[in-house]
Amino acid sequence: MYQIEKARLGELFARIAASGELILPVENNGTSQYGTWTPEVEVRLDRLNTVRSAKDCFFPQTENLMGFQMKGKEISIIDQRKPCEPFTVFGVRACDAASFGILDRVFLSEPVDTYYQSRRLAGTIVTLACGEPEETCFCSVFGIDAVKPGGDVSCWLTEDTLFWKSLTEKGDALTEKVKDLLTDGDEAALKAYQEKISAIHEKLPLKNLSLEGFNGDATEALFDRPEWAELSEACIGCGTCTFVCPTCQCYDIRDFDTGHGIQRFRCWDSCMYSDFTKMAGGNPRLTQKERFRQRFMHKLVYYPANNDGIYSCVGCGRCVAKCPISMNIVKVIKTLGVKNHE
Amino acid sequence: MSNLPNETLIPHIGVVTDVRIDTPDVKTFRVVAPEGGVCFKHIPGQCAMLSIPGVGEAMFSITSSPTNTDFMEFSIKKCGCLTSWLHMMEPGQQITIRGPYGNGFPVESDFKGKDLLFIAGGIGLAPLRSVINYVRHYRSNYGKVDIVYGSRSKDDLVDYNEILNEWCNEEGVNVYLTIDREQEGWDGHVGFVPNYVKELGFDTNKTAIICGPPIMIKFTLAGLQELGFDKTQVFTTMELKMKCGVGKCGRCNIGSKYVCKDGPVFRCDQLDELPNEY
Repeated sequence: MYQIEKARLGELFARIAASGELILPVENNGTSQYGTWTPEVEVRLDRLNTVRSAKDCFFPQTENLMGFQMKGKEISIIDQRKPCEPFTVFGVRACDAASFGILDRVFLSEPVDTYYQSRRLAGTIVTLACGEPEETCFCSVFGIDAVKPGGDVSCWLTEDTLFWKSLTEKGDALTEKVKDLLTDGDEAALKAYQEKISAIHEKLPLKNLSLEGFNGDATEALFDRPEWAELSEACIGCGTCTFVCPTCQCYDIRDFDTGHGIQRFRCWDSCMYSDFTKMAGGNPRLTQKERFRQRFMHKLVYYPANNDGIYSCVGCGRCVAKCPISMNIVKVIKTLGVKNHE
Repeated sequence: MSNLPNETLIPHIGVVTDVRIDTPDVKTFRVVAPEGGVCFKHIPGQCAMLSIPGVGEAMFSITSSPTNTDFMEFSIKKCGCLTSWLHMMEPGQQITIRGPYGNGFPVESDFKGKDLLFIAGGIGLAPLRSVINYVRHYRSNYGKVDIVYGSRSKDDLVDYNEILNEWCNEEGVNVYLTIDREQEGWDGHVGFVPNYVKELGFDTNKTAIICGPPIMIKFTLAGLQELGFDKTQVFTTMELKMKCGVGKCGRCNIGSKYVCKDGPVFRCDQLDELPNEY
């Protein structure tokens, strides 16, 4: 375990950035977003969460998959994949760090998504413990410990000190590069900080949200519940919840004629959209009720059914904060769960 | 980029070598690899993603039997953007193709040694034709074969020539054709497929395989149950919107099952366990 003075973080970032892109939360019109570090950017480690999650680093909102050249009746396929250069993501909160494991089970299961895989292999994740969680946070419900946030390197930021602890080989390699900037960490000081912030996490209002009634076998019990109609009634299908969600991974593949060839690209899609499942022959999810139900059933029932009971939600609270009609997974869990009835 | 791992989303080139007009809105396309032969091996009931770059990509069942290693065939109904483009193709045109996707029919397990009853409506014959011709090829591995096939009119029967010239003449294969309404020049059966199946009254020791419009599948399954069939004896194949074909893009699920990888073939009792959203 190591530490560095908070005032010297700029030196640390410069050193990390010297050996590959450093992505971290930066100021963006009053909010924070993951962006590339340069000496000029305003780093924001004080705000709890970025508007969009860190999934962008591994599963970007749009990416080119391949190109095509069309000549008469002939087609040539251009494999545009390039080896991903090593990069570091700094300041990832425990919820986002946990989301990578959930995405891995989708993209790294056979057949492996090589676009995602190359970024995962190249990226080193430096997490940051949450000293000031918000009332919308409920990661502990999913067994995530925001005091010990995981990743390749875990960091804790106090008023004047950043503590640094490597957890993996990738973390060791990064530590080696910055080691001369670090000093031996004060274990007692870190422990005191961890205890202090644990006490804050203990008091979060959603801490006792119960997931009882939600599991991979609950389809029959939950699918036809009449409450879905009321829960989804005001949903405008904007898809904001899916776009800010660190675990939403549905995507679309589309072609674009660039004028000098066809570009096939992938972009995020949303099960909340009316044309998501629309075919020439009809649509199995005709109204917003079915789409809304799909999103929450996927996170709380279908995904666990296929993934050893793991839920596809990390309790980051982004959807809770951003939904324009204030509908969210917490209300769904409270309404349909076995417990939680107030 | 030869050192990069295999990526399923990157397709192969397929060459359309023949276009057969089946019905006013169905054409059957013969596709070969640029070096000749099939683009990949498959089992009956599996599907492939076909694309015209710049237009789109969609999942189609492979209608040819895997016993045919010279070419693959796809019977495609013109019903949307991509299929309209596909219908404009002429021989020599290249397309992209990737696959095979899905589980396919259990031709080497559940179907072996069984009497098989195929029931198809309209373009629903396309996935079943692969199984039928596979079974005909390995004839001694299977029992009697009954085929009930219906469409709106005589002109809408897909593969009509193959049915008349090959299937109807084969020993141990009974073909029952029907069309929805009376038509000049048609002296065969008239009526909907589910009713015809009930009229014909098949032995309940058979394994049934149904494909057609959802409403036809629903009523045929009910008809079979009236005859005494159990849902465990009835197989069907599904279709939903797909983009990736490998259970990642997230749109073809029925409950926790992805039609592209866990299906498209389901036994009707398995389908019963899934939520009614298809």
